[in-house]
Amino acid sequence: METPSVLRRLLALLPTGRVLVEAPALAAYESDGLTAFRTRPLAVVVPETQDEVIAAVRFCHAEKLPFVARGSGTSLSGGSLPVAGGIVITLNRLNRIVRLDPAQRIAVVEPGVVNSAVTLAAQPHGLHYAPDPSSQPVCTIGGNVAFNAGGAHCLKYGMTSNHVLGLKAVLATGEVVEFGGASREQVGPDWTGLFVGNEGLFGIALEITVQLLPRAETFHTVLAGYQTLEQAGDAVSAVVASGLLPGALEIMDALALEAAVAAVHADYPPGCEAVAIVELEGPREVVAADRLRLEEILAKSGAVEVRVAKDAAERLAIWKGRKSAFSAVGRLSPDFIVQDGVVPRRRLGEALRKISGWSREMGVRCANVFHAGDGNLHPLILYDGREAGALERAEQLAGKILRMCIEMGGSITGEHGVGVEKREYLPEMFGAEEMDCLKRIRAAFDPLGIANPGKMFPEKNAPTLTQHGLHPLEQAGVISRE
Amino acid sequence: MLSPGSISNLVECVRSAPRVIAIGAGTKPRLSRVATDVVRLSTLKLSGIVEYEPSEFTFTALAGTPLRDIAAALAEKGQYLPFDPMLAEAGATLGGTVAAGLSGPGRFRFGGLRDFILGVRFVDGEGRLLRLGGKVVKNAAGFDLPKFFVGSAGRFGALAEISFKVFPRAVTALTLRIEAGDAVAVGRILAEAANTRWELDALEAVPAERAVMTRLVGPAAAIEVLAKEILGRWPGAVLGEAEAAAFWRGTAEFAWAHPGGTLVKVAVTPADVPALLSLPAAHVRVSAGGNAGYVSLPGGAALPELRWPAVTLRGEAPLWPGAKPRFEIMRAVKSSLDPRSRFPNLDE
Repeated sequence: METPSVLRRLLALLPTGRVLVEAPALAAYESDGLTAFRTRPLAVVVPETQDEVIAAVRFCHAEKLPFVARGSGTSLSGGSLPVAGGIVITLNRLNRIVRLDPAQRIAVVEPGVVNSAVTLAAQPHGLHYAPDPSSQPVCTIGGNVAFNAGGAHCLKYGMTSNHVLGLKAVLATGEVVEFGGASREQVGPDWTGLFVGNEGLFGIALEITVQLLPRAETFHTVLAGYQTLEQAGDAVSAVVASGLLPGALEIMDALALEAAVAAVHADYPPGCEAVAIVELEGPREVVAADRLRLEEILAKSGAVEVRVAKDAAERLAIWKGRKSAFSAVGRLSPDFIVQDGVVPRRRLGEALRKISGWSREMGVRCANVFHAGDGNLHPLILYDGREAGALERAEQLAGKILRMCIEMGGSITGEHGVGVEKREYLPEMFGAEEMDCLKRIRAAFDPLGIANPGKMFPEKNAPTLTQHGLHPLEQAGVISRE
Repeated sequence: MLSPGSISNLVECVRSAPRVIAIGAGTKPRLSRVATDVVRLSTLKLSGIVEYEPSEFTFTALAGTPLRDIAAALAEKGQYLPFDPMLAEAGATLGGTVAAGLSGPGRFRFGGLRDFILGVRFVDGEGRLLRLGGKVVKNAAGFDLPKFFVGSAGRFGALAEISFKVFPRAVTALTLRIEAGDAVAVGRILAEAANTRWELDALEAVPAERAVMTRLVGPAAAIEVLAKEILGRWPGAVLGEAEAAAFWRGTAEFAWAHPGGTLVKVAVTPADVPALLSLPAAHVRVSAGGNAGYVSLPGGAALPELRWPAVTLRGEAPLWPGAKPRFEIMRAVKSSLDPRSRFPNLDE
């Protein structure tokens, strides 16, 4: 096939080897963590320097060529799904930690730096990078910034945006900007805050300044088993009402427990329909006092059994079961959709009852693992893509859950972003004028609409649905969806 | 001066004039000192807590609600705004605090105002009442306009209603005064104390006294042990309850600053502290573990050149007297929210 002229110009722009155009190379970039969708890009650009990223974006601007920035492709909302006829700019090779300043407790990193690499680099100084999405062994800071990634510690520590102090970015117009800086306090409008969570619609971050926090001295991790999901939910509410501020508060339901047992031989109290995981952290003296309060609360919560992690290994085992639950569900079903809607915490029980009712009515299995502390649901809707109508039923259930989150005054997404997956629902959460406002802001950053088009805002062109299955890294047990 | 008493009235007021700016209690008067043709829109009648769900750790209040009303309502349920909003006693409002982007000593531990704002309702330059962000503690839907409004000095819209996350407040606190010796030691102690196991709640410096002030909160028995450990490392003392309360109140109210003079906030790092302390003729306070500096000058004194980003809260100095990066995108975003500059421009 003849190379389109735009590709010839792109090939001429960048050093040899930076532009992939052959079908087998492109195939690896067709999809991301939302495996139900697949689109082949025109080409994939693999820049090695910030200047090459800037050159590529300016080229796209001049040529009106759509581009999609991509890190490790773990987006669960289809955030890095390519655009047909557009290019993918993959940022994994921009993986330098530019600066790590232990006195100011910051790191300046390029977008392709892997999330857990930041903590790894900070550890010798007793510091860590707090946001911990379950894909942290592979997901990149650039992707975390684009989608405002969360994790298990958001109630206390917030999301990615709460840890990004400044950034340098090339906008879709080709303008290179610097927002914020090394200080934790800023003056003037919070441009950094506006940029984080832009879903790739504003441009590409080239350097990100993140704050590092001292690692907590002591952790106290407790797993409590309950006969009903409602009891587990009540226990979490009681902990929150007590005035304690745990680092993490998680719940897993029976189907999720079954999956974790199958996958990593996790060991849970027998006969439990749900477990709650509560983790306290801080100076040892503070944790010692707080754990007494926690024990009192849990003793009254009707738990079948309460297990306390006696050492780091037992703590890790509890978290391994929790964090593997998502990929583990892959053992129960060939395909699944994971959602991340948020409801007010006091309505968690009601939300879960509704979900299980719909699940029964529709004959669609649904496992639940969630960040109970912040009302962030993670229903895993199981289906078999080979069965006619199964995906459609799964999507129907997903839609019901999203609408329920909106009706309860919550959000359609707590941490995965809108992406392709939930773009039809954003106008249900916001009114027409709010949507117009969001679109105008997008147009200020990207008047041509070339940066990650088709994400966040509803569009006529639906992306291609494909055969399903786990993400290859999920199959390998490296990442999980949440 | 217009004084809307309801959100719909606020919308009408914004629409009624070609140029407007919202003003709260006027405790940071420099933010709204703009040309006289800009109609002043007081939010003082736009006051009240709309929703408060202690079990959710969230509340929503009208923009003109005084901080002290909010603090009182939260305290009844054992909760607080962890960033310690400033100037509450002086009457500062929630909206004015957002517009100023001002956080107090408590921002050291859990983050500043930007880290606790969840959602906003605001009137844009076209007079449309918009709601962005959310009311739950976690939300990633749509662009983060609520954060953008933090520090925006009323230049992009008039805030009507704001939602925040709150935390439970520890019952006991201890305040420690550490004797630093000199300006370099102040910077060094700030940086070192920030990276310890202690999880300090606040970390400030009073350079005039070469002192670092810090606060521990938590179970009484635990923080007493931590306090001893801190005082084993640096010379100092635990302040008595009344003295501690007076210090934190004085800090929150800028009681140390020249009355009627110029007051400027600068964004710095602990490494900048010695340079900040050598500014001629200025009273300086260092907050947030060396990340915020407050510079006070007597009335009539000229502000020395500042090489850090800065905003003037009171006095005659330019609104943004320090380093001021300006990009084309800033103009573009302004015109997307306020195409006819109904609200003043950022540099006006």
